[in-house]
Amino acid sequence: MTTRRAVLIAAASAAGALLIGYSLWPSKWRRRADSLLSRPGERFVANWLKIADDDTITLIVPHCDMGTGIFTALAQMAAEELDAEWRTMHAETAPADWLFANGALAEGFVLDGRHMTRNSVPAFLQGAVAGAFGVIAAHINLQTTGGSSAVRMTGVYGMRVAAAAAREMLIRAAAARLHAPAAEFDTAASRVVHVPSGRSLRFGELAAAAAQYEPSSHPKLKSKSRYRLVGRSVPRFDVPDKVSGATRYGIDVDLPEIRYGAIKIAPVFGGKLVSVDEATVLHRRGIERIVRLDDAVVVIADRFWRARDAADALTPVFDGGANGVVSSQALRERHREALKNGPIKRDMTIGRGSDALQGIATVIERFYNVPYLAHAPLEPVNGTALFQKSGELSVWAGTQDALGARAFCAKLAGLDPHNVTFHQQPSGGAFGRRLPGHWNFLKYVVKTAMAAPGVPIKLIFTREQDLQHDYYRPNVTSRMRAALGKDGMPLVWVNDYTSDDAANAEAHVLYAIPNQAYGSVKVATHVPTGPWRSVEASWHGFFIESFIDELAYAARQDPLQYRLRLLKDKPRHAATLALAAEKAGWNNPLPAARGRGIAMVECFGTIATHIAEIEVSNSGELKVQRITSAADCGMAINPDGFKAQIEGGIVFGLSAALHGAITLDHGAVTQRNFPQYDMVRLGDCPDIEVHIHESDAPLGGAGEPGTPPVAPCITNAIFATTGVRIRELPVLGQPLRLPTPKPHDS
Amino acid sequence: MAIPLTVNGVAHRLEVEPDAPLLWVLRDELHLTGSKFGCGIGACGACTVHVSGKAMRSCTVPLGSVVGADITTIEGLGAGALTAVQKAWIEHQVPQCGYCQPGMIMAVSALLAGNPQPTDAEVAIAVTNICRCGTYSRIRSAVRSLTRAAAGGGSRSGT
Repeated sequence: MTTRRAVLIAAASAAGALLIGYSLWPSKWRRRADSLLSRPGERFVANWLKIADDDTITLIVPHCDMGTGIFTALAQMAAEELDAEWRTMHAETAPADWLFANGALAEGFVLDGRHMTRNSVPAFLQGAVAGAFGVIAAHINLQTTGGSSAVRMTGVYGMRVAAAAAREMLIRAAAARLHAPAAEFDTAASRVVHVPSGRSLRFGELAAAAAQYEPSSHPKLKSKSRYRLVGRSVPRFDVPDKVSGATRYGIDVDLPEIRYGAIKIAPVFGGKLVSVDEATVLHRRGIERIVRLDDAVVVIADRFWRARDAADALTPVFDGGANGVVSSQALRERHREALKNGPIKRDMTIGRGSDALQGIATVIERFYNVPYLAHAPLEPVNGTALFQKSGELSVWAGTQDALGARAFCAKLAGLDPHNVTFHQQPSGGAFGRRLPGHWNFLKYVVKTAMAAPGVPIKLIFTREQDLQHDYYRPNVTSRMRAALGKDGMPLVWVNDYTSDDAANAEAHVLYAIPNQAYGSVKVATHVPTGPWRSVEASWHGFFIESFIDELAYAARQDPLQYRLRLLKDKPRHAATLALAAEKAGWNNPLPAARGRGIAMVECFGTIATHIAEIEVSNSGELKVQRITSAADCGMAINPDGFKAQIEGGIVFGLSAALHGAITLDHGAVTQRNFPQYDMVRLGDCPDIEVHIHESDAPLGGAGEPGTPPVAPCITNAIFATTGVRIRELPVLGQPLRLPTPKPHDS
Repeated sequence: MAIPLTVNGVAHRLEVEPDAPLLWVLRDELHLTGSKFGCGIGACGACTVHVSGKAMRSCTVPLGSVVGADITTIEGLGAGALTAVQKAWIEHQVPQCGYCQPGMIMAVSALLAGNPQPTDAEVAIAVTNICRCGTYSRIRSAVRSLTRAAAGGGSRSGT
C-alpha cells in the first residue's frame, strides 16, 4: 500500500537531499527572491538571507511565529556562522512562495531517519503532503511549523548552512577586492578581515559583490567550541511588540470595506445543513447576507458582533446522520472490547514478546485512558479572504504552513495557485491546531468569500465553535501487561492500545526489558483527530510512565532507582532523572499530606524528567506545589528561550492532566466554552524550575517535550501521597483519598 | 443617537447600539485591535481594558453601560512610552504567542495601581486571565519584581 508517508519519504529522497547541508539557491533563484522581497540597498546572498549596504541582515524564515521564539534562535544560528554582530540581525516571515519552501525540514527528517520506517514520518507532517500543490518536485512545498522542528531541522540543516555559505561568498568578494588569497581572510563583528594586513571590509560593502557568486553546497561550519552567540540567552525579537499590543494576529487583519462572518457548523461531525430560516435575522441592523454551506451557515454583517449575535439567534436544522447517537461512554466500551477481542496488529516484538507471559502466575494488567482534547489556542481560529471578480483569491490567516495553505485554498477554490496569494499572520497560539489537514477555518472562509465575490470577509470562530469543531487529541485506551522477575525488575512488557490510525513509535519503551510486545487495534470513529502538542507522546508518555511506576511499587522499589536500573545503557536519560531528583530533593522527607512523583519521556529528540511535589488535603483537594524539570536537548541555542518552552509545555500538560476532557453526547461535543474546558490559572500554577542538561546529542525540540511527563508525574505523586492510582484523565473530579473505613456503618 | 466614549484620552461619538460589546466597538469601530477576543463570555480576560481605572473584561461590557467613562486600552497604557509593567514583561521575557498579554498587562496594571505590593494570593485573586502558552511562572516573577521595586527598589530586592 502506498501511504502518504511513503510518498513523502520518496519525494524527500528524490529532492536530492544533500547528506550534509542544504541545497543552496543558485544565483538565478536569488535574483527571483530579490524581485519578490529586496528593498533598495539589500539583496539575498544565500537562501533566506539578505544583507543590506548598512550591514543589516534579514532572515526570511520559512516558519510561522506562534510564540516559540524560533525566529530569534534561527537568527542566532545564522549570526554565529556569519560572525555577524547581533544588533544587525532581523527576521521576517517568508511569503507563501515555492522559493521559500522548507526543504530542510523534510530533509532533516530523512537525515534523522536512522530508525525511519514507512510508518515513522511524524504525524504532524502527514497532512502536509497531499495539500502542497499536489506535486512534490525538486523541493518539497512545505513551510510547516511543527514537530518541534524549526531549530533542529531548519536551523541545523538550513539556516546554519546558508549562513556559512554566505560567509564564504563574502570572503571571496573581499579577496577579489584586496587581491589576496581567500585563505588569508577571516570574519569578525560583521567584517571580513585580511589577517596578515589587518585591513577589513564591512559585510555591507561586500554583499553586492558576494551575491554574484555561486554558493558552495558544503560550506565549512563553525565548530561548537568557537560559538559566542549560540548558547546565549539573547532577548527575543517578538517580545516588545507583544508587550505594547502592536503585534497583529490573523484576527486583527483590517482591509477597506471588510465584512465579518460568524459561523454555525453542524454540531455532529459530518452532519449536513437541512434548512435555515434566514428571515428571522435578515432584518437586523448590519446583516448583509446568509451563506448556506454544505454543513454550516455563515452570517455576513458589517460588524462581527452583529454577525455573531445573528448567528446565535438562527436555529438551523442539521442532520447528524448515524453519528448522532455516539457518546463518550459508548466509545469507551468499544475501546475495551476492541482491546479484548482484537485483532491486535503487532508492530514490534522484542525477545519472546507477549508469549513470555504464558505460564507466569502473576501478570500485572492495567487499563489506562486519556480523553479527547481540544487545542484551544487563545486566538480562536479565523481567516480573512477576498475573492476578486477577476478570479484572484487572497487569504490572510495564521497557519502552521503558509505554502500548504495557499495550495489548499487554491484547490478548494478550483484556482491555479498562481492566482492565489496567502498572507501568513502571527498565530495567537497553535499547538497543532493550525497544521495542514486541520484547516476547517480556511475551508469555511474561502467558501464564504467565493459566495460573496468582491468583498473581503473575516470569518472568526467563536470559542464555542472553536471547541466544538477542532481536530482533537485522540481518545486512547491502553491495556498494559507485565510480569516481574525475582529481582522485581520487569521481564515482560506488553502494551496494546487503541489507535485511530496506525502504530505509534512513541509507544516503545526506553527501558531495558527482555521481552516486549506492542500492538494497536483500530477503533474508527467520526471524531476528527489531529496532532496536539507532543502528539503520541502525550498519551504513551502517560501510559508508560504510570505503568512503570506501578511496577516499581509492586516490586517495593523506589520509582527513581527502579527507572535508573532499567536505563543503564542510556546515560542521557539517566542523567536527566538524576539531575531532576537532585534539584527536587527527591530523598528529602515531606509532611504526610505531601508527596512526589517522577516521570521521564523522550519526545522529538529531547528528554525531559519532571518531578511533581503535591499536597492532597484530607478532603481530597489537590494542590500542585512545584514541578522541577531536567531536560536534555543536546545544546540549547537560546537557554532562556528553551526553558520558557519547557515551562509552557508543563502548564499546557497540567491543564490537560487536571481539567482537560472533550466528551461527546449524541455525536456532538458537550463542552461549550472555557468554564467547561477549564485551564490552569496564575493562582493554580505551581512553582516551575527547569534545569538544562547539556550533551553532545543532536539538537532536540523545545516546544513540545515539556508536555508529556506532566500527567504521569502528577498521578504518580498522587499515588505516593494517598495510595490512589489515577489511570484515567483528567484528574479532577475523581476521589483522591482512599475511603476511610467507617466502623459504625453496618 | 450617538454614544459618547473617551478612549485613550480621545473623545468619540459612536452611532452604535447601546448593547454592542465594548470589545467589538474598540476593535471594529475604533480599529484598536490590541484588546483581544478569546471567549466572549468574560472567562479568559484577553479583552481586559481599564474603565475609569478599573480592570474590566470588555467582551461582556455593553457600550451603554460605560457612557462617559474613561477607557484605557493597551494602546493607551504607556502613552508613547512603556510602563514599568511592560518593561518588567520584557525583562522577564514573559510573552510566548503574546495573544493574552495585553489583557494580562491591563489586569496587572490595574491591580498594582491600587495595591502596589500585593501578596501572591492577592495577585492570584485579581489576575485570573488565561494564558494558553503557560507563561504564568514568568508573570509571577515579573509581578514580584514590581512589588519589590515598590517596596523600596533595589536595596531590598538584592537581599
